[in-house]
Amino acid sequence: MRHLSRHIPLLVTLLACAFLLIPIIQSILAGLTVNYFRGLSSGLTLKWIGQVWELYADSIFLSIKLALACLAGTLIIGVPAAYVLARNPGRATRMLEEFISLPLAIPGLALALALLQLFGSFHGFRTSWTFILVGHILYTLPFMVRSVVSVLAAIDLKTLEEGAASLGAGPARRFIDVVVPNAMPGILAGALTVVTLSIGEFNLTWMLHTPHLKTLPVGLADSYASMRLEVASAYTLVFFVMIVPLLMAMQWASARAQRIMK
Amino acid sequence: MTQRHFIFLCLLPLAIFTLAFLAIPLGRLILASRESEAGWGIYLQILQTPRYLSTLVQTVAVSLAVTVAALAISTTAGLFLVRNRFAGRNALLSILTLPLAFPGVVVGFMIILLGGRQGLVNQLLPGHWVFAYSIFGLFLGYLYFSIPRVLLTVMAAAEKIDPALEEAARTLGASPWRIVTDVLLPALAPALIAAGAIAFATAMGAFGTAFTLATDIDVLPMVIYTEFTLSANIAMASALSVVLGVVTWAMLLIARSFSGSAVAAGG
Repeated sequence: MRHLSRHIPLLVTLLACAFLLIPIIQSILAGLTVNYFRGLSSGLTLKWIGQVWELYADSIFLSIKLALACLAGTLIIGVPAAYVLARNPGRATRMLEEFISLPLAIPGLALALALLQLFGSFHGFRTSWTFILVGHILYTLPFMVRSVVSVLAAIDLKTLEEGAASLGAGPARRFIDVVVPNAMPGILAGALTVVTLSIGEFNLTWMLHTPHLKTLPVGLADSYASMRLEVASAYTLVFFVMIVPLLMAMQWASARAQRIMK
Repeated sequence: MTQRHFIFLCLLPLAIFTLAFLAIPLGRLILASRESEAGWGIYLQILQTPRYLSTLVQTVAVSLAVTVAALAISTTAGLFLVRNRFAGRNALLSILTLPLAFPGVVVGFMIILLGGRQGLVNQLLPGHWVFAYSIFGLFLGYLYFSIPRVLLTVMAAAEKIDPALEEAARTLGASPWRIVTDVLLPALAPALIAAGAIAFATAMGAFGTAFTLATDIDVLPMVIYTEFTLSANIAMASALSVVLGVVTWAMLLIARSFSGSAVAAGG
């Protein structure tokens, strides 16, 4: 009995892994077999991937476009703001950070309802891809800001800036030549997080999208509801191929940024 | 350009963006919730209408069950992975954190592959085993995305526990079980509360997973969605959104007061 109980943690770990991994393997297999219900004996095929490409290539390109635009937006809005937040720690700064972090705490559905009610009547904006972009920036901005702030807070920014100022560098020069290079590990980690989250975002996007603007996850939901299992699986496989390398790069960059901070 | 001008310029994009797309829309949402005949009384109406009340109770119940299960599984696995080094450990860790990047809809599809009509369980076991669209399927879906989040929080905290504490307990004759209950769990308590609050908040607000699985189940995000799109009951959808937002926000505030940072994303 004692012997058995020693192995319970290992068993729980393996069962949890199996629970998470088995459906992933199933979806990979289902996306590549001729007939999933008859099993692998029906043969392997790329037919379903081809069909996904025909049906949903637009959604994949839209998601990539959104992710890149979202990255640009979070860089422009987030990096300068993170600099100010890191440079002036205090109560007001904390409250501002708290406020822009609200989209992490409030479910995407509620945020989307708020945006829809305010901007629903602005037709040109409501039906354009920039409406979805606003939602994505709103949701990913806190990740960029926090990532950059935590790196900048760990270095002695003040002394570095004073050094540059004594050599005659103005505020903008110092930002570009001192702050940004020092913040780079945080910017990189933040950028990979932003792109990964934007490509996978569903909760806001589902509410904000129009029938002509389907992102990858919206297309996935569509295929789960209306396509045969093989096509839905093949589409999911395409999504995995895009998101898993991004997730790994993001985890690597975050670990690197944390190492540099120590 | 002076320093003050430059700081103003740095904050300007953020100020414009958050004002236009966060502050004003949220204000509008709160005001929209009182635009029915009931006015602010709509929040009382939520508690008085059986359908909304049972939805609230059901959502809280599922979220609590998921929180307890995820804490039990992830704490066991997390402690095991922190305290043991072996070949394949990193592979297990990668598998356990993989779902972090999955949107809720994909998590829902994973459960359909396990418990749907063409699912694994239905193929392996004789009889009709379709549970993906039941409350149990929803529970499994929420568990699927909660395990990685709780695991990471627990492991980060477990790595900081001084190994000397455990050694001291062992030399004093404590059994492995006593070490877990008297040394490790108390040291982990803040992280467990934080991780639990994150799991609970994420489950409460999970829309994507519910959207795929809960076609016949009333959970809060689905009810908000149908009130808004099908019934066009904007005031009630707004009021329920405000309630949901306040609950998840409060949970994350709790999480953060117990550990450094807290993020509830996705679902």
